[in-house]
Amino acid sequence: MAIPKVMGIETEYGISSSAHGDFNPVLASSMLINSYAGDLRRIRWDYEQESPLRDARGFEPVQERQPTEEDLGLANVILTNGARYYVDHAHPEYSTPECATPRELVVHDKAGERILERSLASVADLLPPGERLSIYKNNTDGKGNSYGCHENYLVARSLPFARLVRDLTPFFVTRQIFTGAGKVGTEGSRADGGRIPFQISQRADFFEAEVGLETTLKRPIINTRDEPHADPEKYRRLHCIGGDANLCEVALFLKVGTTAIVLKMIEDELLPDLSLEEPVPALHAVSRDPSCRELVRLRDGRRIRALELQWEYLDHAKKFVKEAEATPENAEVLAWWEAVLAGIEEEPLSLHRELDWVAKFRLLEAYRERDRLDWRDAKLAMIDLQYHDVRRGRGLYHRLAGAGKVERLTTDEEIERAVVEPPEDTRAYFRGRCVARYAHSIAAASWDSIIFDTGKDALQRIPLREPLRGTKAHVEHILEASADAPALIAALQA
Amino acid sequence: MPQEHEQKRVQRKSGGEAGNQGGQVEATKKGEKLKEEMDDILEEIDSVLEENAEEFVKSYVQKGGE
Repeated sequence: MAIPKVMGIETEYGISSSAHGDFNPVLASSMLINSYAGDLRRIRWDYEQESPLRDARGFEPVQERQPTEEDLGLANVILTNGARYYVDHAHPEYSTPECATPRELVVHDKAGERILERSLASVADLLPPGERLSIYKNNTDGKGNSYGCHENYLVARSLPFARLVRDLTPFFVTRQIFTGAGKVGTEGSRADGGRIPFQISQRADFFEAEVGLETTLKRPIINTRDEPHADPEKYRRLHCIGGDANLCEVALFLKVGTTAIVLKMIEDELLPDLSLEEPVPALHAVSRDPSCRELVRLRDGRRIRALELQWEYLDHAKKFVKEAEATPENAEVLAWWEAVLAGIEEEPLSLHRELDWVAKFRLLEAYRERDRLDWRDAKLAMIDLQYHDVRRGRGLYHRLAGAGKVERLTTDEEIERAVVEPPEDTRAYFRGRCVARYAHSIAAASWDSIIFDTGKDALQRIPLREPLRGTKAHVEHILEASADAPALIAALQA
Repeated sequence: MPQEHEQKRVQRKSGGEAGNQGGQVEATKKGEKLKEEMDDILEEIDSVLEENAEEFVKSYVQKGGE
């Protein structure tokens, strides 16, 4: 039986400095985050339940423990909106709070952009005169180095992992046609010396395996990290590493909305076998065909377009939603899904208001025509990169949005609220509100715990093992009635 | 919201199809309007683009993440 899809997105942002020479992105990221976090940075991250090397297929961890960002004293903060904002490798990373609907997740992912933009303003005073940082919500430097945008979905532990791999892989290979953020050229081991001028996905070049635990090399289409951050008997947290970071709200909404519905259909074992003959080469081929006409071969012998495979998923989804989950949220996902597939069917370039790769491609084509540029011209690579700049004055996506040239699903007011307020329908509400109300009594926190230090001998650990407990409906009255942390703990234990 | 969007799409599609001759004129006008619109966007974007594209692109090097 399908379970509710609690979900979140982790985005590693690109970071660069105007002082190229001795730039240290790790320290700069840490400074950026700390300058924004202020007093909140004294709450530590509780690592007790973390085990990123545990494998969903049942293997034991084999690697030795590496020094963590915590060991190095780098920024790692929990915000009042329930998000985690920290340094991961050499990037600032923003992990949204857990959200219960795709729309809420869009709002919170967009709030992340605003937080990075504000951090740039707050860090400016700390930098040497003349130096300035830039932040990009993208996934590659165009030189073979990629950083991730990972989606996380709560799935039932009872679901056999092999079934998930079978039914999700063809979906992930083909959803790029609406989730892709677009990229000039090819790179890394997939670089082809300029034959392919533009591709749909930022990330496809970096994927080499079908299934696996890795995230930094030999990246797999299905990642097996088994770290539920919730009751492990009941749940998995499916960690999806293949998506591009989105700026267009429709693309972002569809990325998480369609995936959530597909996962529910997989849990209910409703999907037929749509396995691809060769998923990894198909992933690359689909990304490299902005006309969306390339054929992929299914194991049943059919050769069809990525778009047709998406139509099949949509047909099943319509039936599933009608019979099992006729909610307004699902109706909105299906309506956009259908509208976008129909748009791709007729003319992919018509979707420049909805999809990042199309908005970017159209801009590049316009520049090519006006300035008579060859695809290898540096100006086009610059436009590709600057599309993702988080500053609303500088980022080309944001300039398009500001001029009303892209479709919006949210309002600026909603996004501003999500910069400080948590979602109301998940445990993120409890986490965020506790950080807002009792920050000075919290020693540490994580996705599934808050550890209070109320001055007594023992610290008090409040577990949050159920992602859908600790919502506004559950705890608002308790929080309102508890003036301080000891009162809260007493009320929770009563 | 997507419903409204779909309607818009249908309107867009049917916009230039009223009669052959009229349709072509309409389509040309539309094409000009689209081009003007695009020129306006490019002008706006010109004003925020970094100055030295070569240097800007070359200096953007990231460490891998994840």
